[in-house]
Amino acid sequence: MFDVEKVREDFPILKRKIDGKPLVFLDSASTSQKPIQVINAIKEYYEMHNANPHRSLYKLCEEATELYENTRKKVAEFINAKHPEEIIFVRNTNEAMNLIAHSFALPKLHNPNEIILSVMEHHANIVPWQYVRDNNGASLKFIDIKKDGTLNLEQLNPNSNTKMVSLTNASNVLGTINPIKDIGKIAHENGSLFVVDGAQSVPHMPIDVQDIGCDFLAFSGHKMLAPMNIGVLYGRKELLEDMEPFMLGSDMIKEVTLEKATWNDVPWKFEAGTPNVEGAVGLSTAIDYLNDLGMDDVRKHEKEITAYALDKLSEIDGLKVYGPTAADMRGGVISFNLAGIHSHDLATILNDFGIAIRSGHHCCMPLMKRLGIPAAARASFYIYTTKYEIDALANALKRSKAVFSK
Amino acid sequence: MNAEAMYNEVILDHYKYPQNFGKLENPNIVHRESNTLCGDVVEIQMKLNGENKISDAKFIGQGCAISQSSTDILLNNIKGKTIENIKNFDKDFILKLLGIEISPARLKCALLPLVALKTAVQKIKS
Repeated sequence: MFDVEKVREDFPILKRKIDGKPLVFLDSASTSQKPIQVINAIKEYYEMHNANPHRSLYKLCEEATELYENTRKKVAEFINAKHPEEIIFVRNTNEAMNLIAHSFALPKLHNPNEIILSVMEHHANIVPWQYVRDNNGASLKFIDIKKDGTLNLEQLNPNSNTKMVSLTNASNVLGTINPIKDIGKIAHENGSLFVVDGAQSVPHMPIDVQDIGCDFLAFSGHKMLAPMNIGVLYGRKELLEDMEPFMLGSDMIKEVTLEKATWNDVPWKFEAGTPNVEGAVGLSTAIDYLNDLGMDDVRKHEKEITAYALDKLSEIDGLKVYGPTAADMRGGVISFNLAGIHSHDLATILNDFGIAIRSGHHCCMPLMKRLGIPAAARASFYIYTTKYEIDALANALKRSKAVFSK
Repeated sequence: MNAEAMYNEVILDHYKYPQNFGKLENPNIVHRESNTLCGDVVEIQMKLNGENKISDAKFIGQGCAISQSSTDILLNNIKGKTIENIKNFDKDFILKLLGIEISPARLKCALLPLVALKTAVQKIKS
């Protein structure tokens, strides 16, 4: 049985006071807070097992290697990948997209090939493809959004030149959850690869890569209770085997002479240099934590909080919410503006109440332009978010209005 | 620190009813500056008289209350000043004009018009 108060006890930072007021952390779409189990696992790793994996024959190295490689198996199970080798550790979603861009799109696409994206994408799923376009002559096509903040799928018209469709599973601004299974079907019927940005979905709902049928899925550990700088790129094995490495150097090779090098097998071919074992240990513990809660219950809790927040925010005059109005069509992210108050000013005033929200363009400048706004405020939720925190947000927003009506 | 104190009546008055918002006809200097992190933008336009003094100045822009009111207040204080005067303006000068304590996170907002103004006057051939 999901009990938010019990969950909160596991997060030491939630006991923090901000200038005497309890912290109300509503920025989990940026990064999640970490439970004590994850913090302890990292501490234990450094106290008991620290060594550089894959390199030496002593006990600690064996343990570090096992911890690192067991996380790969755990991640594979978590997203239902067929093989652990389909899991590549990267720093974050952004790096995962760069890996696909440099190792797949850049060498394999050319004029007149096309990549389909959408206007709701995060910069991490736009800028690498712009680089590909500028360097190999492929072109980009952007699907628009409809009035309700959902994708206009009528514009998803892949043709024989469309080699790749890369879309977000859930928008970090609009909250919109895209029908990626249907989109994947359309992409595949056309023979295009389907890349999914899972940064805002994998932490929050059950994800099954075989059911979705995607070719690549990228996500970040730090948004799902794990430390920063451990992320994942899932890729179908046949594709990964046919790709060139992204980073070159140690660990990613089989043999090096002064003349040349041969590549290691997948996935190590894509993991040059000393890996982030601490991050993998944290990610493994984070996945255990989420599995214990159950991803269905995680989603259920966030949906409940989102519905409650949509309701509370709708009571505030002059407040405009962007994206779908129904909680079951969106993730735990609500972006909004309050008439006459810039989101940075809102965030500053809310900080006085111990409330942490994000403000600005959310790394989605094209979407801001599409919505016709310079910036927006955003409250985002996770397993530890409570209804009384939403009440605190609503009250502080009302107070902000009073401050600005001086 | 108390953010509400930052949004006092003077600041909000300049934000909501800026005195120098608009476009000059035939300005001698125009410069646009933006804060890439938050997207705040100000464009300062100035007219110089024969003695190289600022005879008029206006701005257009969009952004938070701090950046926009800071711009409006700064422009109130540059008319009649020489280019040399402006080159000597610094952070403390702006903060004194604003008369409020600015949190470190918002300092960039308050200083945006100063950056715009100083870059603008650099465009003038001395």
